[in-house]
Amino acid sequence: MTDKEWPLYEVFIRSKSGLSHRHAGSIHAADDQMALDAARDTYTRRSEGVSIWVVRSSQIVASDPADTAAFFEPAEDKIYRHPTFYEVPDGVENL
Amino acid sequence: MNREQALLAYVSRLGDNALILGQRMVELVAAYPELEEELANANFALDFIGQARMFYTYAGELEGKGRGEDDFAFLRDENEFRNILLIEQPNGHFGDSITKLVLFESFYLLLLEALKRCADQRVAEIAARAEKEIRYHLRHNTQWFLRLGDGTDESHERVQGSLDNLWQYTGEMFAADEIDQIFAASFNGPDLDAIHDQWMMNVTAIICEATLAQPGDGWMASGGKQGHHSEHLGYMIAEMQYLQRTHAGATW
Amino acid sequence: MYTQGLDQKGQSDKRDGLESAADRKAFQKRVDAEEKIEAKDWMPEAYRRTLIRQISQHAHSEIIGMQPEGNWLTRAPSLKRKAILLAKIQDEAGHGLYLYSAAETLGVSRDQMVGDLLSGKAKYSSIFNYPTLTWADIGAIGWLVDGAAIMNQIPLCRCSYGPYARAMVRICKEESFHQRQGFDILVELCKGTPEQKAMAQDALNRWWWPSLMMFGPSDAESKHSAQSMAWKIKRFSNDELRQKFIDVTVPQAEFLGLKVPDDECILDKQTGHYRHGEIDWQEFIEVLKGNGPCNKQRMEKRRNAHEDGRWVREAARAYAEKRAAKAA
Repeated sequence: MTDKEWPLYEVFIRSKSGLSHRHAGSIHAADDQMALDAARDTYTRRSEGVSIWVVRSSQIVASDPADTAAFFEPAEDKIYRHPTFYEVPDGVENL
Repeated sequence: MNREQALLAYVSRLGDNALILGQRMVELVAAYPELEEELANANFALDFIGQARMFYTYAGELEGKGRGEDDFAFLRDENEFRNILLIEQPNGHFGDSITKLVLFESFYLLLLEALKRCADQRVAEIAARAEKEIRYHLRHNTQWFLRLGDGTDESHERVQGSLDNLWQYTGEMFAADEIDQIFAASFNGPDLDAIHDQWMMNVTAIICEATLAQPGDGWMASGGKQGHHSEHLGYMIAEMQYLQRTHAGATW
Repeated sequence: MYTQGLDQKGQSDKRDGLESAADRKAFQKRVDAEEKIEAKDWMPEAYRRTLIRQISQHAHSEIIGMQPEGNWLTRAPSLKRKAILLAKIQDEAGHGLYLYSAAETLGVSRDQMVGDLLSGKAKYSSIFNYPTLTWADIGAIGWLVDGAAIMNQIPLCRCSYGPYARAMVRICKEESFHQRQGFDILVELCKGTPEQKAMAQDALNRWWWPSLMMFGPSDAESKHSAQSMAWKIKRFSNDELRQKFIDVTVPQAEFLGLKVPDDECILDKQTGHYRHGEIDWQEFIEVLKGNGPCNKQRMEKRRNAHEDGRWVREAARAYAEKRAAKAA
């Protein structure tokens, strides 16, 4: 057997309950349990987390930067989706 | 030996086990098989050093002569250390370290669970804190023991060798001496026979899952708890204490 | 710094010629606008290569840097100091890990980078090839070496490459205690016995010049600085950072009652900066070439650790594969 590197995992940490998990970085591990332990020992040394997700990097499906225009720009002209689009008449409250 | 003396000896011995194991782990820094494991083991060694400091600080208070954690660690002679022989054994290879930790921590976790319920409040508090740390260590190290046992032929053979070599040092953990007996009777301390039975069950299951052969009953080494150590400890202590001994009275 | 002037061998690559001028211009425009470049974004090959070289050298420096301090772990003079030093060395392992991860986003594997380190192809900071001879050296490393590193690393938090910048933010946050613990060791020594104080002065004498070399060759000698600046990988020149380091460090030495081993190191009232004597660049070059006091020892230890760990890494893979096969 050859000494090939362990698979790469991405690490997501919830810093405290009420917040969502955030990408913290990555680690290498041979299996899922090792990945969780490594994430714990690497990314929560200063009590940075209360929950950890790890996922094989190869399992992540990502958008392609080349598609950025087609993917994201169509949302930009739909300004009526934002509350600031609407003018609130003077004297109207709680709207 | 009265109950106060037994309590002091018991607490200081807990400190010795934690410190000597921590010191052995510290020797391995920058030499682990992978970076992630480097981080894990630094956490474990920090836990052990932290536990030693808590036990020694309490021992100093019990003794009432003004000695602190560093006096216990750096200014006692080799035969005053009462750690078990298992943990002073040289590190060897990674499989040796993992096996040593699995054998010891399987015992230590049960001990801490019992100490949490003992009648001495300070010991119970320290044990409660240490228990959480060791529970995590043991799970991590058990996983490694399984990986090595049921990994490649080479790893299987190596870790079987570790187990066969280290097994002889496990008996000492359960051999109750006067200190253990007084602590059990006067402070509702651990019942080492009961812990032994539970330990044997747990360890047998782990060894079996790791596809390894359990060493048979045989001769067991002892002496550490009485201060009769292997030759290895003297060098460790000499190295560890050198600055404090050379510059007597200096603060650091 | 941890990548001091080692980014000078700018080999070109045939892929460089395939890049369109328009792409390069658009890229530079993004950089100029302080936009962050992310892993999958288009980038010039030379930018990618420079980053891989710089980030991996930085990572290697963290990993090799564990050794000189690790040399005193078993002999730390109190349990508190032992714990602090271990936590610091562990942070360095962590920082190496963050940096390898950042470099991996550029399409190089950790295996490749480690292979380059072990074969001697990749470099690491010259500073870690000096020996730690007394406990005071641990203080000096924290104070001077980490102090110099911080000078360099804070601007890297704004580096144009997102993954590197994010790794540096985390590193800088964690490292803030490293320099203080070093200084704290020296404060204690300097108010201690005459032997302790002499130990501190001796450490400063030995670590001062190598620390100044950490910033890399003078700007005039540093060929690739300009490109790195344009790409916003680098924000300040080697000399600027070195001067800044001297200006903040000399008063700290005075506070300790120690003397910087440089007779020319006096405050120039006109410029407001401290002057410094000639740096022995020949020594720097020799250390980089492998002729420092500890190069061979450091590399041998790393190679041995890697080799000794091989059967362990293989076992973990084999076990995972067996498990996966069983589950399937």
